[in-house]
Amino acid sequence: MAEYTVLKSTKEGDIETKELLLNLGPQHPSTHGVLRIILKLEGERIVDVDTVVGYLHRGTEKLAESFTYTQIIPLTDRLDYLCQPSNNLAYVRAVEKLLGIEAPERAQYIRVMLAEFARISGHLLISGAVPMDLGAMTVLLYTMREREMVMDILEMITGARMHVSFLRVGGVREDLPPGAKEKIKEFCRIFPQRIDDYERLVGENRMFLRRTKGIGVITAEEAIDLGLGGPNLRASGVSWDMRRDNPYEVYDRLNFEVIVRENGDVYDRWKCRIDEMRESVKIIEQCIDQMPDGPVKVDMPEIAFPADKGKVQSSMEALIHHFKLASQGFKVPKGEVYASIEAPKGELGFYIISDGSERPFRVKVRAPSFVNLQALKLMAERGYLADMIAMIGSLDPVMAEVDK
Amino acid sequence: MLDLFMTIFFMIIKVIGITLILLLLPVPLTWLERKVAGHIQQRLGPMRVGWHGLLQPIADGIKLLTKEDNIPIYADKTLFKLAPIISLIPPFLVFVAVPFGEDVTLFGRKTGLYISDMNIGLLYIFAVAGLEVYGVILGGWASNSKYALLGGLRCCAQLISYEIPLGFSVMGVIMLTGSMSLLDIVEAQSQIWNVVYQPIGFFVFLVAGIAEAQRIPFDLAEAEGDLGSGYHTEYSGMRFAFFMLTEYIVMLTVSVLIVLLFFGGWNGPFLPPIVWFILKVGFFVYLFMWFRFTFPRYRYDQLMSIGWKVLLPLSLANILITGIFLA
Repeated sequence: MAEYTVLKSTKEGDIETKELLLNLGPQHPSTHGVLRIILKLEGERIVDVDTVVGYLHRGTEKLAESFTYTQIIPLTDRLDYLCQPSNNLAYVRAVEKLLGIEAPERAQYIRVMLAEFARISGHLLISGAVPMDLGAMTVLLYTMREREMVMDILEMITGARMHVSFLRVGGVREDLPPGAKEKIKEFCRIFPQRIDDYERLVGENRMFLRRTKGIGVITAEEAIDLGLGGPNLRASGVSWDMRRDNPYEVYDRLNFEVIVRENGDVYDRWKCRIDEMRESVKIIEQCIDQMPDGPVKVDMPEIAFPADKGKVQSSMEALIHHFKLASQGFKVPKGEVYASIEAPKGELGFYIISDGSERPFRVKVRAPSFVNLQALKLMAERGYLADMIAMIGSLDPVMAEVDK
Repeated sequence: MLDLFMTIFFMIIKVIGITLILLLLPVPLTWLERKVAGHIQQRLGPMRVGWHGLLQPIADGIKLLTKEDNIPIYADKTLFKLAPIISLIPPFLVFVAVPFGEDVTLFGRKTGLYISDMNIGLLYIFAVAGLEVYGVILGGWASNSKYALLGGLRCCAQLISYEIPLGFSVMGVIMLTGSMSLLDIVEAQSQIWNVVYQPIGFFVFLVAGIAEAQRIPFDLAEAEGDLGSGYHTEYSGMRFAFFMLTEYIVMLTVSVLIVLLFFGGWNGPFLPPIVWFILKVGFFVYLFMWFRFTFPRYRYDQLMSIGWKVLLPLSLANILITGIFLA
């Protein structure tokens, strides 16, 4: 930090110009949370950038060590609070890998569907917020309207709008309620037209294009070097999507396109997200069509509560399992595991070390937003102060996930 | 003697009247802006205070009046207090030369709906309107906050690049009419509006006018996205309200000038002149609000390049073309 106290000044004739130190955040309307950026400015031009994170640190990883494996699921909700089901999915998959089990097929379809709803929900917010930061307020309110539909569907399925905690180790909490399929289908019918609306509203607007095209460019090499993920990587021309290249759950049976764009600027990242939402709708439609009947939880009473509660009252064995599961949780064999998924923001991974008890020894979250935020310094140098806002928005950081 | 007395009496009435109108007009305008914003953005806007939120501006006013009048410790106190007033006075002064309609008969006496019909009306308006920026610059400077300072600087740069095309764009109108009096200009448009002869002039005036009024897409001095609130970041309570008031009055001024210069003022068929005038001004005020909730804002350097590289040559070309046709 010491270097930032030294501000360069140059003298031309009688006029002395001095660099300006500007503290952007942690309370600032456009830093999308409590991100603090220390800027060194030369007029409006950015000379140097220093990103300060940690204002939303809640010790999620440490907290997880004293929670049972099931209790951690609500904690993961609070990582990327826009896309809760994806966080659940990444965590649950890591634990399942340790246990060596797999969720039933129907559960996998439900999970994938919810994860895609999470993607839509997250992308909707940011594709509205980027134009809003640039002054075009209206798009955000349009995207919020559609996000409301997503939240209504989530509420219908899971009972909660934000922190759903719906996924369980070995499946999902319960089956889809009656009427959910129709509601989801209606959403899939309406939503693509609404995406067209956003594009018509700002995507073809000259001013928006001038503010976003060629701004904050990241080349493909830089994106790979920085370890970026998700739309931030794909917008730079790297065709990498875990859903296609390292398929998990039922993604290998679903037909979707991986959106790749060339320029790696703010506009391409924005457009990448817009197009990804269209693909997500396709995936959700396929999930609904292909979804087989069957159980939504593994048939292992020591890990998942039985679907048929009557069993608990009639069978001694079932009662003991139920009691142990409810009071102590389930034990996970000793070992280490890393499992990751393609979260809306990039590769979300959980590294879990188990000591054989019902609580993890260590949980490490590989949060995509944290990694993506690194690119800010590279992008911002020699940019303008007003571009900074667009760059932050285009990286789509969720501070809760960055600080964990 | 009585005649002189009556003249002074009418003058005072008109001054008080226009001041009151200008002070009170932003009140419904804020309501209108929030309603327009609401309906554009698929919401209802204010609905709680009064019928469809009609009393919302009064609630806002009470709120602003009772807010703490906060002056930052490191601010230059005198200038900080003075800045909102400096920015508020010029928009009022502008309306001295702005006519609202033809002569009317009041108490058996013919009087014009204007305070003064100067023969250099237009020149006076541009001279006075430019002063408003001092309040903004001083406010930004006196706050002793970097965000406010950047806002003030942006405003200053913006003003320089836009006042010039703004001034040049009306040259065509002046050349057509041969007068700088707004009354003459409006009278000259009784048959065909100037916008027909001066489409380029109108375009430049509209764009530069938005910049003058500091509305999106040219509201860089405020730019809540990057500068927090720009030059009025540190202001609270009534001082903040003064800046808001200024913004609305300037928006009104620009709309009125567009109507007077390019859209025939109060000329129009069937309806009484004053109704035409209000309708036309209302349309442009609405247009500004519409812009605000549709467009993003330009960047500082982009705005400068539009001002110098597009608007200035356009306005100069307009003068040339008008000159060729007149000659």
